[in-house]
Amino acid sequence: MLGIKGKDLTVFLLVAALALLAPFLLNPFPVDSAMAQFNAGYPDLMQRFVIFGIFAIGFNILFGLTGYLSFGHAAFLGVGSYAAIWMMKLLSLNIIPGIVMAIVFAGLFSVVVGYISLRRSGIYFSILTLAFAQMSYALAYSVLTPLTGGETGLQIKQTDTPLLSNIPEGEIGRANLFGLEMSDSSILRFANWEFTMNVGYYVCAAVMIVAFYLAIRIFRSPFGMMLRAVKSNQQRMNYTGLNSRPYTLAAFVISGMYAGLAGGLMVAMDTQVGPERMFWTASGEVVLMTILGGAGTLIGPVLGAGFIKYMENIVSKINSTVLHEWFAFLPDGMEDFMVTIFYPFVGKGWSLTLGLMFMAVVIFLPGGLVEGGQRLKRLFRRKKAEDDQSSAAKTPAE
Amino acid sequence: MAILEVKDVNKRFGGLQALGNVNLSVQDNTVHAIIGPNGAGKSTLLNCLVGKLIPDTGSVMFDGQSVLGRKPYEICQMGISRVFQTPEIFGDLTVMENMMIPLFAKRDGAFRMHAIEAVSSEKGLREEAEKMLDEVNMLDKRNMHSASMSRGDKRRLEMAMCLIQKPRLLLLDEPTAGMARADTNNTIDLLKEIKAKRDITIAIIEHDMHVVFSLADRITVLAQGTPLVEDTPENIKGHPKVKEAYLGEAA
Repeated sequence: MLGIKGKDLTVFLLVAALALLAPFLLNPFPVDSAMAQFNAGYPDLMQRFVIFGIFAIGFNILFGLTGYLSFGHAAFLGVGSYAAIWMMKLLSLNIIPGIVMAIVFAGLFSVVVGYISLRRSGIYFSILTLAFAQMSYALAYSVLTPLTGGETGLQIKQTDTPLLSNIPEGEIGRANLFGLEMSDSSILRFANWEFTMNVGYYVCAAVMIVAFYLAIRIFRSPFGMMLRAVKSNQQRMNYTGLNSRPYTLAAFVISGMYAGLAGGLMVAMDTQVGPERMFWTASGEVVLMTILGGAGTLIGPVLGAGFIKYMENIVSKINSTVLHEWFAFLPDGMEDFMVTIFYPFVGKGWSLTLGLMFMAVVIFLPGGLVEGGQRLKRLFRRKKAEDDQSSAAKTPAE
Repeated sequence: MAILEVKDVNKRFGGLQALGNVNLSVQDNTVHAIIGPNGAGKSTLLNCLVGKLIPDTGSVMFDGQSVLGRKPYEICQMGISRVFQTPEIFGDLTVMENMMIPLFAKRDGAFRMHAIEAVSSEKGLREEAEKMLDEVNMLDKRNMHSASMSRGDKRRLEMAMCLIQKPRLLLLDEPTAGMARADTNNTIDLLKEIKAKRDITIAIIEHDMHVVFSLADRITVLAQGTPLVEDTPENIKGHPKVKEAYLGEAA
C-alpha cells in the first residue's frame, strides 16, 4: 500500500491512527476527576505535539541517517515562521501561501548554512551550525528589527490588510484554510468526558502524516541508503565513486525544509513570532527529542517530541497544592515530607525531571524509547518461548 | 598496452623524499606487484594513484587520461577501484546493502537523488549483487550485519564491492596483511579465480613474497622511493639488488 510495506506500513498506520485519534487518546480522564490535569487533549498542546513531531522527523533525516549533529535547526524554524507571518500580513490569511513560503525560505537559508557548515564534520560542524543559529537569533533580535519586529516579534494587527483577504474594518484577521478558521473547535461530550476536535489540530495532523510518509519513503530509498553510508564510512564512499558532499547537503536542506514547515505551521496556529524561537535552547530541544525517542528510527522522533512536550506542559502544571492533595492521605508530617521531596521535580522543576529521564535513557537505552519498546517486546517473547518450552517439557512427563 | 603509466613522479614530505623519479607502467590485463621494504614509498605511490595525494611533479595517466588533481570518487568513476589494508566497508549496513551502494554508484554516477523510489524495487541490481556474492561464496551471509563478520569475510565483501563495479584496474593494498597462512592461501585462490574470470588489471602492494610470487606477472621492487628493478617473478627471485634491498641491513 502507498509504496511501503511490512513493518513500515504498520508503523505508518500506527502514527496516522495516533495522530487522528489524539483528541480522544490524550483525554482519558473525566473532566472533574483528580486525574484531569494529566489530560493533554487540548488544541494548543496537541498542535505542539505534531508540529514538533514534524520538526523532529526532519531533524532525524539529517542526524539519524547521516550522523551530522546540527545544533542550529531552530534557525530554520524561525526563518519559516517569519516568512509565514509576512505572507499572512501581506498576501492572504489563508495558511497555504504562508506555509509554502516558510518551506521555501527555510530551504534557501539551509542551502547557505549547509554549504558552509558541511565543509567540516563532527563537533566543528555542530559548532558552525550553532554559530549560524545564534547569529540569526541576534540579528532578528536587533539589526533586522524592521523585518522581524525585534524583541516584540510580529503579530497580525488591526492595521494589516492582506491583499487577498477581505477583513471587515477594525477586525483582526484570523488564520484560515479556505474559510475554515484554525481556532474553530467542536466539543464532544460523553458523560463526564470531553473531547475537543480542533480544525487547526487536524490540519497539523494531516501535514504530519504526509511528512512522516515522505520520511519513510526517504529512509527506504537509494538516497536514504547513501545517507546511512555517509554515517557508516565516508572513506569507502569516496572510493566507491560517490561524492558524499551533495548527499549531506541534500539531507541538510530537506531537514531544513521540514523545520521551515514546522515554523510555518506554528504561525498558522498562533499568528505571532518572536526571535526566541531561534534561540539555541530551541535547537537543543529538537536534538533531545530525537535522541530521547531514538535517532535513526522512524517513529522515535515523533515519540520523543510528544514525550518532551507532554512533560513540559503537564508536569510543569503540578504545583505544591496539587502535591498536598496527592499526599493528603498521609499523616501531616509525612505529607509535608513527601511534598518537600517531590516539589523540586514538578512545576518549574519539570526540566529536572526531564533531565534525569534523559540521562537514564541515554545511559540505559542508547537507542532511545524505541529501544525500550523493543527490549520489552523481546522480554515478552522470551518469556512466552520459555513458557512454551516448559509446557512442552512437561507434556510428555504427564 | 600500458593501462597505467606513472612518469617521473616525485613526492616530498618536508625533508623526506618519499618518492623520487618513479617510473612505472602497468600492462593491461596483468597482475603487477609492487614490493619493497618498509618505508619504500609503496603506500605513498598508491595514494598518488587514487587521488588521495597529489605528486609534486610528474604525471599519472590511466588509460590515456591524467588522474592528477581529480578527487578519489572521480578516479573511481574512471575505473580504478581500491581495496584497503584493513577492510573498509559500510559496517552499519547489511552485506546486501553494501553491495547495492557500488551498483548505484556505477549506474547513477557520483550523485543522484533517488529519494522516493524504494531500494527493494531494484530487482535487476539485486540479482546482480547476488550473483557477485555467490562468486565470492557469501550469498548465505547477504542479510548479515557486515560489522559483525570476520575479517576474512569483510575482505571478501570489500573485494566483491570493488569488482561489481567492473573496474579496469584493481588496486590491492597488502590484501593479506595480518592473515593466517590458511586465509592467505584462500585469498590467493580467490584472486586467481577473479582474474581468470574477467579482463582486469590488478596492481598489488604486498610484503608477503609467497603471495607475490604466486600471483604476479611482473614485479617492481621499490626501495627508498625509487624503483630498483622491474622484471618477471623468476628473474626477481635471484636478483642481487633485490636481495640487498631486503636483506642488506639484516645480512
